[in-house]
Amino acid sequence: MQKTAISLQDVTVDYGNKVALKSASIDIPYHSFTGVIGMNGAGKSTMFKVIMGLVKPQSGTVTICDDPVSIAQKHGHVAYVQQSEEVDWDFPISVYDVVMMGRLGKQGMLKNPNAEDKEFVLKALEQVNMLDHKLHQIGELSGGQKKRVFVARALAQGADILLLDEPFAGLDATSEKSLIKLFVDLKNQGKTVILATHDLLSLPDTCDRVAMIKHSVVAHGPTKEVFTKELVEQTFDGMLHHIRFD
Amino acid sequence: MPLVEFILEPLQYEFMVKAVVVSVVVGITLAILSCFLILKSWALLGDAISHAVLPGVVLAYLLGIPFGIGAFVAAMLAVVLIGYVKNNTKIKEDAVMGIVFTTFFALGLIMISKVISSTDLTHVLFGEVLGISDSEAWYTVATLSLVSLAVLTFRRVFMVFCFDPIHGKVVGLPMGIVHYVFLMLLAIAITGSIQTVGIILVIAMLITPGSTAFLLTKKFSTMLWIAVIVSVFASLVGAYASYYFDAATGGTIVFVQGLIFMLVMLYTKLLPETYR
Repeated sequence: MQKTAISLQDVTVDYGNKVALKSASIDIPYHSFTGVIGMNGAGKSTMFKVIMGLVKPQSGTVTICDDPVSIAQKHGHVAYVQQSEEVDWDFPISVYDVVMMGRLGKQGMLKNPNAEDKEFVLKALEQVNMLDHKLHQIGELSGGQKKRVFVARALAQGADILLLDEPFAGLDATSEKSLIKLFVDLKNQGKTVILATHDLLSLPDTCDRVAMIKHSVVAHGPTKEVFTKELVEQTFDGMLHHIRFD
Repeated sequence: MPLVEFILEPLQYEFMVKAVVVSVVVGITLAILSCFLILKSWALLGDAISHAVLPGVVLAYLLGIPFGIGAFVAAMLAVVLIGYVKNNTKIKEDAVMGIVFTTFFALGLIMISKVISSTDLTHVLFGEVLGISDSEAWYTVATLSLVSLAVLTFRRVFMVFCFDPIHGKVVGLPMGIVHYVFLMLLAIAITGSIQTVGIILVIAMLITPGSTAFLLTKKFSTMLWIAVIVSVFASLVGAYASYYFDAATGGTIVFVQGLIFMLVMLYTKLLPETYR
């Protein structure tokens, strides 16, 4: 049996003035590359927040790698790569130091980085091909490189699950392609990659699974089976003209 | 008068030694905090807190408890109230802060006018480092050194707090507690600095050194050093100006800091980074 990386059962999140998720259930298996799609405000970010433990659902259960969220946080199972506009790129911090932040959960608040932490950071930087840039201030990097730094932080954290929020926004096609290759590599090395994206065109070639969100999980499963005209139109209220389904 | 004599002559007086030591400690602590404050975009919140501590300080004075406790309680009340009003009305946060901290400050003024003389009031508002008493000097040096030590010890955690608190939460760090600890350290530092620079201008020392340093470097450790050096220099100028010209200490410190900021800004504008 395939093990489950993330399991949401009957999860409801009510922000008081609006219900963001209603009875959402989804099981995301290990070693999968899942694309999460849905309109703006459909609950994609809320789902991410629930998985990260930033939002507590009113009802339902969430398990991450068979642990409750708070335990999963302690283990550092989940890493989040935020949208680029959420980062202050002028912040006086080097690539190396950002990646070292990934080690903070393991170190505790008082300890300084030890040899093992440094090894983790350098290995993570090498994995995303950013070792040569480790001393650069983060704002000096290109869009694709910036993403790689935060992916490296997730790797240094030792996370099994990577949540990527719109990583391709604002990137040129070449950077997007090489990032996709990196994500696929990570998946093949055993990571579970979950990607919120608006890029429906490249999704069938990229993700082996897809989850469609409209205030709940409309559909979830292997891309070949689920990424159909009917379901996509249902998710986006039929407002799609530019996508061809074979 | 030769420079050495100019510097050493006032130091034969104990009150001047105290003033110099206190000013330097204040300068160091506020400079360190300022680096975090401006990166967190909390300049306005710092301003709000510095004004809001006043009623707490007066109350502490009346009850005979340490000023820091009163200041902290008042600061927390103000922060909670700002959050409450923001979440329950359509008023935007900057206006809410403006309303809350001026109301606190006004209450402090009323209380203070009933309790202490107008000379002392001037000192609370604008600072008077030459007149600092032994116990006040010790209190300031002790509390501010502790604040500096705490901030530097937990520097990496505060960095995450400023740069990416969501990541902090995701890896299980208690970011909510860090938030309040930072506010508390801020409140304590502000209270400790009142005697030197006064309540009205303390915010400048919490914004300007960090901003000046931020213009000059892309490395946080360098930023800390530049901010501290600029701030200590300005503090010393302030203390000596008070001695020689009877100039307002706080006013001089803040003016010198502002001047340095302007010069640095011109320097960075006129000389692009590649040529430095």
